[in-house]
Amino acid sequence: MATTTMTTLDPQSRAARRGMSDIAIRNLFIIPTILFLIVFNIFPLLYSLGYSFTDFRASTNAPANFVGLQNYRELLADPYIWNNFTVTAKYVIVSVAGQVFVGFGVAMLLNRSIPFKGLITTLLLLPMMLSMAVVGLFWKLLYDPSWGVINYLLGLGDFEWLGDPDVALYAVAITDIWMWSPFVMLLSLAGLSAVPKHLYEAAAIDRAGPIYTFFRITLPLVLPILMIAIIFRTMEAFKTFDLAYILSTQPTTEVISIRLYKMAFQEWQTGRSCALAYIVLIMVLGVTNIYVKYLNKVKER
Amino acid sequence: MLRKSLTALAASAVFALSAGAAAAQELTIFWAEWDPANYLQELVNEYEKETGVKVTVETTPWSDFQTKAFAEFNAKGSAYDLVVGDSQWLGAASEGGHYVDLTDFVKKNNVLEKMAPATVKFYSEYPGNSGKYWSIPAEGDAVGWSYRKDWFEDPKEMEAFKAKYGYDLAPPKTWKELLDIAEFFNRPDQKRYGVAIYTQNQYDGLAMGVENAIFSYGGELGDYSTYKVDGIINSEKNVTALEAYRKLFAYTPPGWTNAFFAENNQAITEGLAAMSMNYFAFFPSLLNESTNPHAKNTGFFPNPAGPDGDQFAALGGQGISIVSYSENQEEAFKFLEWFIRDDVQQKWADLGGYTCSAAVLQSEKFQNATPYNKAFYETMFKVKDFWAVPEYAELLQQLNQRIYPYVVNGEGSAKEALDSLAADWKATFQKYGR
Repeated sequence: MATTTMTTLDPQSRAARRGMSDIAIRNLFIIPTILFLIVFNIFPLLYSLGYSFTDFRASTNAPANFVGLQNYRELLADPYIWNNFTVTAKYVIVSVAGQVFVGFGVAMLLNRSIPFKGLITTLLLLPMMLSMAVVGLFWKLLYDPSWGVINYLLGLGDFEWLGDPDVALYAVAITDIWMWSPFVMLLSLAGLSAVPKHLYEAAAIDRAGPIYTFFRITLPLVLPILMIAIIFRTMEAFKTFDLAYILSTQPTTEVISIRLYKMAFQEWQTGRSCALAYIVLIMVLGVTNIYVKYLNKVKER
Repeated sequence: MLRKSLTALAASAVFALSAGAAAAQELTIFWAEWDPANYLQELVNEYEKETGVKVTVETTPWSDFQTKAFAEFNAKGSAYDLVVGDSQWLGAASEGGHYVDLTDFVKKNNVLEKMAPATVKFYSEYPGNSGKYWSIPAEGDAVGWSYRKDWFEDPKEMEAFKAKYGYDLAPPKTWKELLDIAEFFNRPDQKRYGVAIYTQNQYDGLAMGVENAIFSYGGELGDYSTYKVDGIINSEKNVTALEAYRKLFAYTPPGWTNAFFAENNQAITEGLAAMSMNYFAFFPSLLNESTNPHAKNTGFFPNPAGPDGDQFAALGGQGISIVSYSENQEEAFKFLEWFIRDDVQQKWADLGGYTCSAAVLQSEKFQNATPYNKAFYETMFKVKDFWAVPEYAELLQQLNQRIYPYVVNGEGSAKEALDSLAADWKATFQKYGR
């Protein structure tokens, strides 16, 4: 029980002198948060669940009619929606895998004593601090086939990064990898620096090779914290909107949140978009649950 | 001391009350963020001088203009007294009860005679031919074309063009000539391309572009009174028109897969394309030497005719409507009365606004004021528009889903794309019981 584990107030403290009990203080801190959550999270969540079973359109003053599961049925039978989900899944896999690979790689490189290590780490964190919209707009310029720097440096002529339907999604993922690898790097660095040095010394005495050391010592010890980074990035990648919306309009880059945005705020199909939002929510919950289960297993080891 | 602060308190209370009363003498107009909105602000400053009523033009970027306006309507918000809304909104805004019915105002003030007929039909009337009006034509706009005069008038180019195509190089009068000229100037090895067209599929960009081909080829999007689309949107004429649009796409600069008004003006300012499709409202910046290094060499022409001589253009532009949730409706009506006055419309045109006033449009002064005003005047009498039904955004989305893969990626055929679109639209109209 929370109340029994709570430490008692220091009798010298100001709160105690005012005669506030532990419970009063606990309530003071927790009740506003709970109220806030109920008003701004739980209530809209339930309200929109109700809407998802209606044909409600926010742009008209017409009342909402109950249509049962029709919205869900039609959405799940729509080949364009399935295309949006396929695109999203591809994007999540490519972008998160890329970020883990690059982020963890850079962290390994930085996890040794090199000159200006602090400065380099700070500079590497810069992409993460920029706004999504800004990153999208300037990568659009970098990718431009007529005056973009990327084609110029790589000597690709007028290769259409964002115009080619087969490449556009990877181009968006590369931008996301550039922006968010530093996040994975930061968490990995924290994990790496926590690995006890004596383990490496012991491995060296036993003449363990670098690959063996990596897979038997480094990776298992960093994995729990790396998994947290992966969960965060997967959830974010699933919700990606800004980058994909700004960079390309190819149907092959229309991730589910873009379709959802158009349905909700351009077409004002409020009921149906609520249903789609619920389908997305359930998917994200499913994926995160699998991750969390795995994370717990990793921690137990 | 206490008395002093009490007096101060009372004074500030009186001040606050009077400020509250003065607030009624203010109007807020909502529009998108672009040059015409700045011209409108200059125009309404005159209204303040005349009447003492302060009018503010509030703007938001084009990309979220629709979203923000309807979010405010849906919440029944009174933040905006008037809105300069897109023509496609008429259905949604009138059926949703967001606009005040202006039918009596239009009849009483002879708006039908004062404004060019096409503008009243498309910016004000809903449903079509119903005699019900929801706005006053404010900013007339349609799609026209800009071109590089220096490339067209280069003697060497003219000679080579005549040798290849058998007629003189000049701004195209037909879509066939448009295709020839686009092909002629398309030289990727020199980083020069034939043409810039609309391809963006996020909202109405691609639709506005394709409409120029469809309408000039003699096609229609459907029957706007019976909602019949099968056999109309996928007619032979429309198939040929869409094939022509796809051909034009082959002559666009590389990566022209997400292009709308900003990109198409860039095609001219960056010296990328010989011709560029765009709304007339974006042409002033092409004549400005600080924004276009080729300003002196930029010319303009109206959307060319199709094979049977039909010549139409896609409509842009907006009408000004009173928001039903406004608390200053009476004042807003007074403002509209002022806005449609002939001298105000003349001033609106002088500032750079595209007036819809028939008298101003027909005047020599207006037509000779800029190199594109004549083309604008000619175009405004032959414009057609997209569906204005409340579900227009769904129709747009379906058009984007079906047409974009064909035009930009070359998937399938024009016939297949339009047949599927006809089926989608039919289903949508059935869903809404039309």
